[in-house]
Amino acid sequence: MAMKMTCMSSQVSDDEQRKREKIRSLTMCGHVGFESLPDQLVNRSIQQGFRFNILCVGETGIGKSTLINTLFNTSFEDCESSHFYPHVKLKAQTYELQESNVQLKLTVVSTVGFGDQTNKEESYQPIVDYIDAQFEAYLQEELKIERSLFNYLDSRIHVCLYFISPTGHSLKILDLLTMKNLDSKVNIIPVIAQADGISKTELQKFKMALMSELVSNGVQIYQFPTDDDSVAKINAAMNGQLPFAVVGSMTEVKVGNKMVKARQYPWGVVQVENENHCDFVKLREMLICTNMEDLREQTHSRHYELYRRCKLEEMGFADVGPESQPVSLQQMYDVKRQEFCREVQRKEEELKRVYVQRVREKEALFKEARRELLAKFEHLKRVHQEETMRLEEKRRSLEEEVIAFSKKKVASEVFQNQPFLAVGSNLRKDKDHKNSNFM
Amino acid sequence: MDPLKRSPPPCPSPRPSSPRTQPCEMLGHVGIETVLDQLKIKAMKTGFEFNIMVVGQTGLGKSTMVNTLFRSKVWKSTHPGTGVSMPQTLQLHSETHVIEEKGVKLKLTVTDTPGFGDQINNDKCWEPILGYINEQYERYLQEELLITRQRHIPDTRVHCCVYFVPPTGHCLRPLDIELLQRLCRTVNVVPVIARADSLTIEEREVFRNRIQQNLKTHCIEVYPQKCFDEDINDRILNSKIRDRIPFAVVGADREHLVDGRCVLGRKTKWGVIEVENMAHCEFPLLRDLLIRSHLQDLKDITHNVHYENYRVGRLNASHLLPRGPGWVNLAPATPEQLTSPRPLRACRRPHDDSEEESGLSMANPRPASS
Repeated sequence: MAMKMTCMSSQVSDDEQRKREKIRSLTMCGHVGFESLPDQLVNRSIQQGFRFNILCVGETGIGKSTLINTLFNTSFEDCESSHFYPHVKLKAQTYELQESNVQLKLTVVSTVGFGDQTNKEESYQPIVDYIDAQFEAYLQEELKIERSLFNYLDSRIHVCLYFISPTGHSLKILDLLTMKNLDSKVNIIPVIAQADGISKTELQKFKMALMSELVSNGVQIYQFPTDDDSVAKINAAMNGQLPFAVVGSMTEVKVGNKMVKARQYPWGVVQVENENHCDFVKLREMLICTNMEDLREQTHSRHYELYRRCKLEEMGFADVGPESQPVSLQQMYDVKRQEFCREVQRKEEELKRVYVQRVREKEALFKEARRELLAKFEHLKRVHQEETMRLEEKRRSLEEEVIAFSKKKVASEVFQNQPFLAVGSNLRKDKDHKNSNFM
Repeated sequence: MDPLKRSPPPCPSPRPSSPRTQPCEMLGHVGIETVLDQLKIKAMKTGFEFNIMVVGQTGLGKSTMVNTLFRSKVWKSTHPGTGVSMPQTLQLHSETHVIEEKGVKLKLTVTDTPGFGDQINNDKCWEPILGYINEQYERYLQEELLITRQRHIPDTRVHCCVYFVPPTGHCLRPLDIELLQRLCRTVNVVPVIARADSLTIEEREVFRNRIQQNLKTHCIEVYPQKCFDEDINDRILNSKIRDRIPFAVVGADREHLVDGRCVLGRKTKWGVIEVENMAHCEFPLLRDLLIRSHLQDLKDITHNVHYENYRVGRLNASHLLPRGPGWVNLAPATPEQLTSPRPLRACRRPHDDSEEESGLSMANPRPASS
C-alpha cells in the first residue's frame, strides 16, 4: 500500500478556478474592514483549544521521555520502563499545557518495549496499527450521519519522532524497516538520540550516512515546508541539518553564573540549549515554533486523505466505474447488504440446527437412563417376590412339621394311658425324661 | 527494584481517552503561542471565502447596499436589478469577486434576487431561493463524499442572507413572515429595515419593536441565534446586537462634501444623509456585524449547524430510495427535499443542553449577569 498522493499546488488550482469562474478582482474605494478576519479566525481557534499528538518511537532507554520533558519544559510524571515486555506496546498520555492564552492538549504516545525482543519482525506492526486506529476513529466519526466533527477530540498522530541510536555508523535494520512502514502514514522527523556520545566530526559523517541511506531506500521523511516566503529560508536551512542530534535533560547545572539544563560529566558539561553542543534548540524551533500548524495540516490533508481513500477503495467503493461512468454504488451497496443478510440467515440456521441436535441427543440420553431405571426396578421387584414365596413355603413346611409332631405327642400319650402303666411308669418316666429332653 | 513491577502497564485501548488529561505546569517559555502566528500566516496564504445573499423586493436598495458594504461597484452595469427592466419571474444572480485589504484576500460571492415579491401572486416565491441555498449545500456534500477529495473544497454555501424589510412602519407582512420562517431554518438571516431615511427616529423605534414582537410570536430565530451563544461574553455581546435587530440602514455609493469632509451619503434637498453616521442610520452596525466581528462566526454556524442539518436530512432520506449515484447511496435530491424547512437543531456545544431546550420556544431572554 505504498501509494504516494501527489498534492496539487493550491496556487495553480486557484488561478485555474478563477479563470473558469470568470472572477474579477475588485478594487475598493475605501476601508471595508475585513483585515480583522485572521484575528477572528484566531480567536475562534483559541476558544476551541489546540491539540497536538506526538508519537515517540525508539528503543527502551534511549531518552524519549526525557526529550519530551525537555521540549515542553515540564516534568510529565513517568517511571522507567522494563526491558522484558514480550511484545511492543504503545502508551499514550494526555496533558494540558497553557501558555499565555493558548491552551494545548498534548498527547504523547511512546513505544514500550521497542527493540527489546529477540525476534523483532513484528515490532513495527503495533505502531502501524495504532496510527491506523486513530485514522479509523476519525473516519468513523466523519461517516456518521449525525456527527459532531467540531467537537471531536482529534487523536491522530501529527508527528513521529524517530529516535536513532548513536552508533555512529548507519541505520539499524529495524529502524529502516519501521520507518519504511510508517512514512506514508505519519510525518516522520528522525532524531539522533543521546548525541553527547558522538564527537562533532563523527556526527557530520553519521548524519550524511543516515540521510543517504534514507534516500536510497526511498523513505520519505517530513520536509519542512518551503513554499511560504516568511519561513522558507529558515526551513530550507533546517532541512539540510536533518536528522537533529539531540540531548535531553531536566537537571540544572550551574554554568558561568546561571543555571542551565545540562548533563554533567567529569570531563565537561553538555548544555542542552547550547547550539554548539547539540541541535535541541533547532528541534524545538522547528517542531513547535514554526511548523506545528503545518504538521497538523499535513496529517489531515495528506496522510488522513490517503488512508481514507485506501480504506474506501478497499471496501469496494469508487467514484467512477469501468467505463468512466459514475457508478451507481447504490447497487453495490444493495448487493453487499443482501450478501450480508444471507450470511446472517445462514449462520442463524446453522445455530438453530446445532441447537436442535443437541436437544435431541440430551433427550435420548434421558430416555435411556429412564429405561434402565425401570428395568432395575422390575428386577428388584421380581427378586423380592421370589424371596417372599420361598419364605412362605418354608413357613408352611414348618407348620406342617409342628402339626405332625403334636399329633405324635397326642398319640404317644394315649398309648401310655393303657395297662402297661406300672411297667410303663418307669418307661413313662424315661419317656418323660426323653420327652423333656426332646422338648 | 523489581523491573517488572515498577513499570506502568501499557495502555490497552486504541484511543487515548480524554478523562486522563492532567494539567501541567511549564517551567519556562516553550513557544506554543507561536501557533497563533502560524495559523495567521496559513490563513493569509489560503485566503478567505464569504458568500452573502440579499433578498428583498425591487427598489429597496439591495444592490446599493452591497456596493456600500464593500465600497466598490460589485454589480456589473447590465445587472437585471438595477431598474432597467423588471424581471417577470424570480431569478437568482450571483457574482464573485476577489478583494484584498492589507494582505488579506477575500473571495466574495454576492447573490441577488431580482423579482422577489414583485408578482401579483407571490405564492411559493421562496422556493427558488431555498432551492439555490440547498443546491449549494448539495454541491458541497457531493464534494465531501468523493473518494479522492480536493485539498480545499470550494465553499459556495450561503453564509448569510440579508433580508430587506420595506419601511412601512407598521409590522411584518405575511410574505415577510412566511419567507423568514422558512429561511431561518436553513441559513443565517439578518433582517434590515431598508430605505430607513423615510422613517423618523421615533417611527424607527416603534417599527423595530413591532418587528421584534412579530419575530418572537412566529418563533423566527434570526442571526445571532440565542441557542448558539457559547459563553457569557458571547451572550452579552449578542444580546446587544439582538436588541437592535433589525438595523435601520441606508445605502449610498456616492460621496458628498459635508462640513469639509468627504462622506458617503444621499443628498436630498433637506440635507445629506450620512451613511456612516450612527445618528443618521445604523449602517455601521450592519457592516461591523457582517464583516468586522462576526464573519467567521457566520461561516462556522453555516458549516457546523445548517450544513450538518442538511446532510443528516439527505443521508437519512436517501437510503430509502432505490437508485442514486455516489458511494453513499445518495439519490438525487427531490424538489421537496430542497425546499421543505427542517427544524433548527444541532447545538454547537454538547454541554449546552439547557440552552437547547429553550432554543425554539418563546422563553424569556435571561438577563445577562455582569
